Amino acid sequence: MIIESSHQVPRTTLLDRFPVPKNFGVAPESRIGRGKAWPAPAGATRVKTFEIYRYDPDSSANPRIDSFEVDLDDCGPMVLDALIWIKNKIDSTLTFRRSCREGVCGSCAMNMDGTNWLACTRFISDMSAPARVYPLANMRIIKDLVPDTTHLFAQYEMIEPWLQTRTSQPEEERLQTPEDRENLDGYYECILCFCCTSGCPSHWWNGDRFLGPAALLQAYRWLIDSRDEAKGERLDILEDPFRLYRCHTILNCTRTCPKGLNPGKAIAEIKKMVIERRN
Amino acid sequence: MTDHATKRPRPLSPNIQVYRPQLTSVLSIGYRISGVALSIYAIGLVVWLLSAAAGPEAFASVQGVLVSWVGQVVLFGGTFALFWHLCGGIRHLFWDAGYGYELRTIYASGWAVVAASLLLTLAAWAASLIMAVDR
Repeated sequence: MIIESSHQVPRTTLLDRFPVPKNFGVAPESRIGRGKAWPAPAGATRVKTFEIYRYDPDSSANPRIDSFEVDLDDCGPMVLDALIWIKNKIDSTLTFRRSCREGVCGSCAMNMDGTNWLACTRFISDMSAPARVYPLANMRIIKDLVPDTTHLFAQYEMIEPWLQTRTSQPEEERLQTPEDRENLDGYYECILCFCCTSGCPSHWWNGDRFLGPAALLQAYRWLIDSRDEAKGERLDILEDPFRLYRCHTILNCTRTCPKGLNPGKAIAEIKKMVIERRN
Repeated sequence: MTDHATKRPRPLSPNIQVYRPQLTSVLSIGYRISGVALSIYAIGLVVWLLSAAAGPEAFASVQGVLVSWVGQVVLFGGTFALFWHLCGGIRHLFWDAGYGYELRTIYASGWAVVAASLLLTLAAWAASLIMAVDR
């Protein structure tokens, strides 16, 4: 099957998950147990089951998988609607981030049926039965579906995501031609939902030192900004066996980006820049 | 931070245990596995050459293993690993030059690697079997 855009939901795959044990290589505190089953309210006719990752930091219990029966006739069309329905009608302790409900803010990024996407732009009808909802992969979990993104934002800060200039301050704004501005299309739209970084196997194994696709896409966005004057220093930060070169072109990032951006391409262009400045 | 929180680290959400295998990740891990396999096959190649240098008896015993059905299956796997790694390597060369990053191209080139390595493996074995019959 040829995937044309990251919006395509995989219909058929040989395997739902890699053939490894459910708790393969998992530290004791991260092992997932079996949770509660919450039945649908009486009278519900169109019911879909959601298996949702739960973790309560205030108890001493491990994470668990709860299953909720959602009444589709009483619920909006998106996975986020189902989560809100569960929180309102079934279990008010279910915790998740959400804000814009239209794919702009990046708050509700999570792992649904095994791929990272925004819960507000994934149709319930596109989910398998039962629908599997986990937090973003490979993240320290604060509660339920809420990951701790501190490390990812620290990595983002490392690439210095602001305009840097060396020339003296001009009288007016630093201008950019429409053509120079167009160069940023496909790179500036990143909403920092971290679907890509959380879906990158290289970041799973080396996330402490590899910056990951989200930060590197932003690094490229500043490298190609015609107004920025710190290209050399930016490349100095990136030229490192781990920070940049742990990218092995797996391209899960490009496959999963909910905004249809191309972190894989951006990283390749950075690698080319590093080579070209040696000549 | 309370004692409770310091004693109990936050759980890590599952990664490879839940993430869906996709052509992107499966070809990447397959490329690595074939690379590892080829370095093991390289040792086998050295053993085969050493046995030839050691004399007719040693060569005959190694050759006997290679022509047994187990040896043939292993050699077939080696041929597939070789072509798989070769085709995947060409795909990576294009990427390193900055080409082929559109999602459609990523998937088209990925399936092309699968098809080409299968066809080349079958073609190589067909050719060698025909040559063996001719002799």
